[in-house]
Amino acid sequence: MFDSLSEKFTLMVRNLSGRGRITPANVRQAMEDIRSALLEADVHYQVVEDFTQRVMEKATGTQVLASLEPGQQIVKIVFDELVALMGPVDSSIFFVDPPPTIIMMCGLQGSGKTTTCGKLALYLKSKGKNPLLVAADTQRPAAIDQLVTLGQQVDVPVYKQDGQADPIPICRNAVAFARQNGRDVVILDTAGRLHIDDALMEQLSDIAGATKPHQIFLVVDAMVGQDAVNSARAFNQKLELDGIILTKFDSDTRGGAALSVKAITGKPIKFLGVGEKLQMLEEFHPDRIAQRILGMGDILTLVEKAQSQFDQAQTEKMQEKLANATFTLDDFLEQMRSMRKMGPMKQLLGMLPGLGSALKDIQLPEEELDRAEAIIQSMSRKERENPDIVDSSRRRRIARGCGLQTEDVSRLVKGFSAARDMARKMSGLSMGSKMKMAQAMSTMSPESLSAMGHLGSAGPALRPSRLSPEQKRKMRDRRRRGR
Amino acid sequence: MAFDFLKKAISTGVDKLRGGLSRTRHAFLGSLKSILSGRKLDEELLEDLRKRLILADLGVAATNSITSDLRQAWHAGKIDSGDQVLEFLKSEMKSYWPQESRTLHFATAGPTVILVTGINGAGKTTSIAKLGQYLKAQNKTVMVAACDTFRAAAVEQLTIWASRIGVDIVKHQMGSDPAAVAYDACEAVVARHIDVLIVDTAGRLHTQDHLMRELEKIRRVIHKKIPDAPHEVLLVLDATTGQNAIRQAEEFKKAVQLTGIFLAKLDGTAKGGIVVAIRHQLDLPVKFIGIGEKPEDIAPFSPDDFVEAIFAQTENPG
Repeated sequence: MFDSLSEKFTLMVRNLSGRGRITPANVRQAMEDIRSALLEADVHYQVVEDFTQRVMEKATGTQVLASLEPGQQIVKIVFDELVALMGPVDSSIFFVDPPPTIIMMCGLQGSGKTTTCGKLALYLKSKGKNPLLVAADTQRPAAIDQLVTLGQQVDVPVYKQDGQADPIPICRNAVAFARQNGRDVVILDTAGRLHIDDALMEQLSDIAGATKPHQIFLVVDAMVGQDAVNSARAFNQKLELDGIILTKFDSDTRGGAALSVKAITGKPIKFLGVGEKLQMLEEFHPDRIAQRILGMGDILTLVEKAQSQFDQAQTEKMQEKLANATFTLDDFLEQMRSMRKMGPMKQLLGMLPGLGSALKDIQLPEEELDRAEAIIQSMSRKERENPDIVDSSRRRRIARGCGLQTEDVSRLVKGFSAARDMARKMSGLSMGSKMKMAQAMSTMSPESLSAMGHLGSAGPALRPSRLSPEQKRKMRDRRRRGR
Repeated sequence: MAFDFLKKAISTGVDKLRGGLSRTRHAFLGSLKSILSGRKLDEELLEDLRKRLILADLGVAATNSITSDLRQAWHAGKIDSGDQVLEFLKSEMKSYWPQESRTLHFATAGPTVILVTGINGAGKTTSIAKLGQYLKAQNKTVMVAACDTFRAAAVEQLTIWASRIGVDIVKHQMGSDPAAVAYDACEAVVARHIDVLIVDTAGRLHTQDHLMRELEKIRRVIHKKIPDAPHEVLLVLDATTGQNAIRQAEEFKKAVQLTGIFLAKLDGTAKGGIVVAIRHQLDLPVKFIGIGEKPEDIAPFSPDDFVEAIFAQTENPG
């Protein structure tokens, strides 16, 4: 997501910052590039015009051009304008007292309303709320069944009325039901509709009139093109929206819709749907997204993800183990599993600064992680605690056990030892030094990154393709000595 | 007579399409005339058209290519008035999609299999109902296979559609192997001598490798069971989709050898201009358009109407 846009910006930054002097002509050229990059990213035509106009005005100011680092200055202007365009930061949901807080969801067909309702319910549950889902989509066949299934998955009750085709009484009764049963947040899942369908749009405002929702969210597909503006404007006029939820953000769309919809409605983007799993709903942070666009990475999201998956005590235990070098393959397995709960590897790594574009062509197959798991599970307890005892005979047995080659086993063991050593070194460092180290890693070439693939999963996709003659000789010697 | 019935069915389809497009068509002809008629073709007018193409989601590349063709024809003296521009654009776009590429291919003998794919929420299941209705109106027997075993209640949704349009359905439980459903469905159509099998699949983002491989497997299973099948592999594309549709088409084409596009949800203000960009880069024809929520809201794709709609004025072009 946003990757291609980031690439263009990265290129532009490089072009601009490589120059000692920047002329207005340079800036104009760069702006032209940004303009088509934004259009290719599906940002609405008018929004692009306004955006480039604003950046242009600020960037050609004499102060910028006369400054010591005009390239950096311009990047900063683009960054600030992007943040301004997507901001302000507001992913909060406010709750009313007395409850229930009523949240109404609306959007075009297929934008992902029902799934998002499920995700939002789970999110609210994690915040200590007791949500109630309301099946008010009486239009689409089986939409109610879908919500019921989602409700079971996230363990949240679903209010429905079989045989009732009019959503208005359903919503009204649901609110009463919530009040009686102590549910403090009511989420209304309305039917998808076209913004030009007057009758159905009228029905939406009737639902809003009958239930007086405290917040109304528009669900928008992140892949939508120029038309995003038309529908968002129509919904906003009819309903006075409180916020936007962008879905399918895990696709490789450049996500210009985020910019357009915000610019046209002026309403904050609250959340992003980033995957099919129901916990994949993220709070929206414009500065982070702007950073991602500009290739500066998204460390904060990563840290938050990690925090929500690892509990504090467990993390401290691990830290200690790392420091004392008592970290075993079992711990590694456990870590790997909790990390995988955070989401696909590629998505996680893409959040690291500078890695986004480097990762574009690298395949990070999840099977590699499966294999690592299989290898570890084929080891005995003793071997997992002390992988150094794995000799060629043990290696053969393990390889047979997991159905892989002996090389795969030794690569994992070696990678693990290396990782353990590095972890020991890192654990002695201050937070600042760790950040520096992370930064140094982010500027590495793809080759050295591949070499690092030995850490942990160590897959062929990340293996350096060639060994130097020197390394080959050493390996031969080692093998001979081993036999 | 059967022939009359068919003729009537087809003409209703055409009326439906014209009806669906008429709002935009009238706005378009009116508004375009006001811009073009009586005007000389100049850079300002070209810039105006450029904006319109961008707003219709054609993307920068396809837009540039079309405007440069226009400019070339202008400099060569072939066109110089605003009125000629529309005709030029129409013929240009019509040349992209020749008639033969737009029709459905049927098996020479035995059942025809149509595999329907797309990302989440594109409108696959509804489009399948429309396709089923359309084929039934052509006196074909139709069966649908519920291979979306992933999304909550997808099987129920297709079941409801199947009973509404009166076709048989093959389904397993939710969470079962979609390829197994496809296998059973293939056996069923052969055994029951059904003309067309339409296979519904779960929506998947083209970026998810494992799901794309699952789709490849479904295709393989069908092909193994019925040689030459699937005869059509359609990508259902939401007309509101922006430039990402190119990536979708690319990935789905790579995985399951798409034969065409079903352009859904064309009844809104979105123009679906992205199919021009897809045509430019991947040479995929558009076979059908979806223009409403009812099963009969389907029409064969017509470049003529499409071109007119693309340049149609929406209430607020921004």
